[in-house]
Amino acid sequence: MSMTRREFIRNTAVAVAAKVAGIALPASATNVLLEGDITQMKWSKAPCRFCGTGCGVNVAVKDGRVVATHGDVHAEVNRGLNCVKGYFLSKIMYGGDRLTQPLLRKKNGAYAKDGEFTPVSWDEAFDVMTEQFKRVLKEKGPGSIGMFGSGQWTVWEGYAANKLFKGGFRSNNLDPNARHCMASAVMGFMRTFGMDEPMGVYDDIEATDAFVLWGSNMAEMHPILWTRVTDHRLSNPNVKVAVLSTFQHRCFDLADIPIVFKPQTDLVILNYIANHIITTGRVNKDFVNQHTNFKQGVTDIGYGLRPDNPLEQKAKNAKDPGASEPIDFDKFAAFVAPYTLEKTVEMTGVDKGWLEKLAELYADPKTKVMSFWTMGFNQHTRGVWANNMVYNLHLLTGKISTPGNSPFSLTGQPSACGTAREVGTFSHRLPADMVVTNPEHRKRAEEIWKIPQGIIQPKPGFHAVEQNRKLHDGVLNAYWVQVNNNMQAGANLMQETYPGYRDPRNFIVVSDAYPTVTAQAADLILPAAMWVEKEGAYGNAERRTQFWHQLVKAPGDAKSDLWQLMEFSKRFTTDECWPAEILTANPQFKGKTLFDVLFRNGNVDKFPTSQIEAGYDNDESAAFGFYVQKGLFEEYATFGRGHGHDLAPFDAYHQARGLRWPVVDGKETLWRYREGSDPFVKAGAGFEFYGNKDGRAVIWALPYEPPAESPDAEYNMWLVTGRVLEHWHSGSMTMRVPELFRSFPSGVVFMNPDDARSRGFKRGDEVKVVSRRGEMRSRVETRGRNSMPPGVVFVPWFDAGQLINKVTLDATDPISKQTDYKKCAVKVVAV
Amino acid sequence: MRDKPVVAIALLAIVVAVAVGYAVGRKSAPASSAVSEPVAAAQKPTAPASATEARPASNQIDAIRRGVPIAEEASPPVMAHVENTDIKRVRAYPMQPPTIPHSIDNYQIDKNSNRCLLCHARANADRFQAPPVSVTHYMDRDEQILATISPRRYFCTQCHVTQTDAKPLVANNFKDIDTVMSEQPVQKAN
Repeated sequence: MSMTRREFIRNTAVAVAAKVAGIALPASATNVLLEGDITQMKWSKAPCRFCGTGCGVNVAVKDGRVVATHGDVHAEVNRGLNCVKGYFLSKIMYGGDRLTQPLLRKKNGAYAKDGEFTPVSWDEAFDVMTEQFKRVLKEKGPGSIGMFGSGQWTVWEGYAANKLFKGGFRSNNLDPNARHCMASAVMGFMRTFGMDEPMGVYDDIEATDAFVLWGSNMAEMHPILWTRVTDHRLSNPNVKVAVLSTFQHRCFDLADIPIVFKPQTDLVILNYIANHIITTGRVNKDFVNQHTNFKQGVTDIGYGLRPDNPLEQKAKNAKDPGASEPIDFDKFAAFVAPYTLEKTVEMTGVDKGWLEKLAELYADPKTKVMSFWTMGFNQHTRGVWANNMVYNLHLLTGKISTPGNSPFSLTGQPSACGTAREVGTFSHRLPADMVVTNPEHRKRAEEIWKIPQGIIQPKPGFHAVEQNRKLHDGVLNAYWVQVNNNMQAGANLMQETYPGYRDPRNFIVVSDAYPTVTAQAADLILPAAMWVEKEGAYGNAERRTQFWHQLVKAPGDAKSDLWQLMEFSKRFTTDECWPAEILTANPQFKGKTLFDVLFRNGNVDKFPTSQIEAGYDNDESAAFGFYVQKGLFEEYATFGRGHGHDLAPFDAYHQARGLRWPVVDGKETLWRYREGSDPFVKAGAGFEFYGNKDGRAVIWALPYEPPAESPDAEYNMWLVTGRVLEHWHSGSMTMRVPELFRSFPSGVVFMNPDDARSRGFKRGDEVKVVSRRGEMRSRVETRGRNSMPPGVVFVPWFDAGQLINKVTLDATDPISKQTDYKKCAVKVVAV
Repeated sequence: MRDKPVVAIALLAIVVAVAVGYAVGRKSAPASSAVSEPVAAAQKPTAPASATEARPASNQIDAIRRGVPIAEEASPPVMAHVENTDIKRVRAYPMQPPTIPHSIDNYQIDKNSNRCLLCHARANADRFQAPPVSVTHYMDRDEQILATISPRRYFCTQCHVTQTDAKPLVANNFKDIDTVMSEQPVQKAN
């Protein structure tokens, strides 16, 4: 068989790629001719597009296309490894149905709510969108426009959106989808430490003696961190792994202490451990006396349902769920005293021996312990409490801020920390942990943004769940969704999300790379550039900020969210958006566009395009004539520098494999709040939780309270929703990668075999999952990766073909407003 | 080349799914049985099409929903079967973890035992004629070679997954380096 020259060169390319990847090939394969200019691929660094772990990858580009990716050996997070999703990053941008031009619902040549999607130009798209937003602004004011953003926005996209809505349109109705995943973690941090995000780092994994997973299936959702946990556990037989969940999943394969508890009773276990620490005399008294305070929170706080729901009306403290009063150690001890081992066994259904072993991991002063949690805690109607209560355990024992002693809240999105939280794109927040309700904070933001005092509204806007309710009620009428798929992700789709999007009073714009169900429910779809089609920055779960360059062009007319936000701002003037009295007092702003005042303010347009690193495109900067990303980042960084949120200079991040803030004098910070490790801790303090004015962290007395809905005679099973390894969130990217699709092609109902048998089902049977709110159809799975206890079913939500959120309940944590996707009552019936 | 049949089938699946979806979407109350048609119909390709042409001007644009309007739920596709052929599949690029070409039902992979390594460990691979795991799997975080499998690579299924016979609902136009190079004009003679 003869080989053509082309084929010969192809073989060569394989060798090149292998060399770059550091993979040894047999001599025969490497003994080939190299034609440099033909076979060369350009490799650049980027963070992974998926979860909050923030793995580094290398991306190979050839002729304007991404042709390969692999784990970056120089990335500290993952040291060359990826999970199966990460290994297929090369394919996520190449789904055959990428959106390449704006699509507007039209009838007879004009926009119509009941029209059909019709390709239009950007000009026409923005014309119609502008008209609709202006109509609503004029008729009802800024309180009726809003935006739903994302923890997948790049840092500057979230920042630009924050400025445009809070500083331009004067609407605080801006919230990220991170509300669904991280809001309880945020409020947990704020209530205990007065400052967001973990004190520790991933390095704790290699330093600890014990891991405790509280409602986190890291093996599937944070696979690379799980490889680090696995590495440490298997290399050190004395290390222990405790896994707590409401069903058995892949993490149990490594568990020394496996615990399956009844839904909601994690609160009981947390207080039992606190009680155990106290009654066995293992409180670290010095630490507690010097560095903590005690507070008791109000109880009976409701379930974040609509105010007219009977559950809300009978809740005593639904109006002020975060209220508290100071107490002392003795009161706290008395508060947790009823949470005895016996009571805990009875309420949780967990074996006594496992509970004691678990409690000892925290109580034993010789054991360093790292707690992980994700959606099991955060998507919980008492999620903020759960966060506070796990900090209690670390604070009572002083096991915090030192290598290996680490309560660690994991994040699900690549920039839930970097964008949603640090940039403050929540409806009540401003950058660097500031809030709109604080006049000092508003003033500082207005100064940095160089806009007049009084522009930022003092009242928090609508949060994620409230946005859906307000769309439904016709209160919110012009709405822009970027980088998320909330039609699929939001709870109670049929009663809340869908009717609101399709209500003729409302105009819905969705920016996405793919035609998701959210796009399908929109009136205008804007095609978005994604991942390495633009210059970006993400912040991962360990405070690591990571940058990447634009490596390829977006297809067709697709444009980045940043371009969309900035370009749209040109179509509004201050006179249309700001009160006359403010403009009269500040005449220099009269007649200016929002683009002029927000993005040509001397900060954002400060850096010329010549500063862009040679060899990389930057389509936004080319369009606007200045180095957009650098200007936005440097202005944004002003908020946090000197305040413990210090970011390094922009250019440093294009060199480093990410840096963990605060970055002070060029040095990143690993453990915060500890002297010697954190430059903001005063000499002699030892520890200082400086987020709180008195430097002390708060230990919270909080009880068990029942969930919003529990199984009964008719709806007789618990429904838990979540993810699977192969798919990321709503699957809009991973369902378009053939290998990932074929590995897990559709949703299933994971069910206990006895539950299936007693209902007459066998594996593969079609069933309906029915709740009081809606139903969906799926197939029974009694085998595979999850082992369900009787009475509990697990349904992943990645499959747009099986919308499980038609079934879920939109109950939220009343403090964080985050939905509980882990608990509602359903029945599973034959079709 | 090798990807073409798959891509063609996938493209056709989209076209047919979308076409049926379009029809379904226009009916006021579509029968749920209609939605099982796309998959069946996709087996009988009639005309080639590109992904761009496949994009509809209708209201049912999310191919993953197989043409079913958001407010309705369709009968889910029959549970797909894991391919169990033992035939190695080509990788999209050298660093891609190979997909598993056989069933792994009931494999024990936990801290006590790893069924995969029974055949794929370097020491056993020749006896079972299984591909031995790559040398990278014997390296620790600092790239030092270990005597046995690296604990960080211990759980095989984090990277290696089985493949079912499910037909992709959307084509993927990723081109590997071979294809990209083959499309490049020859710039200089040999």
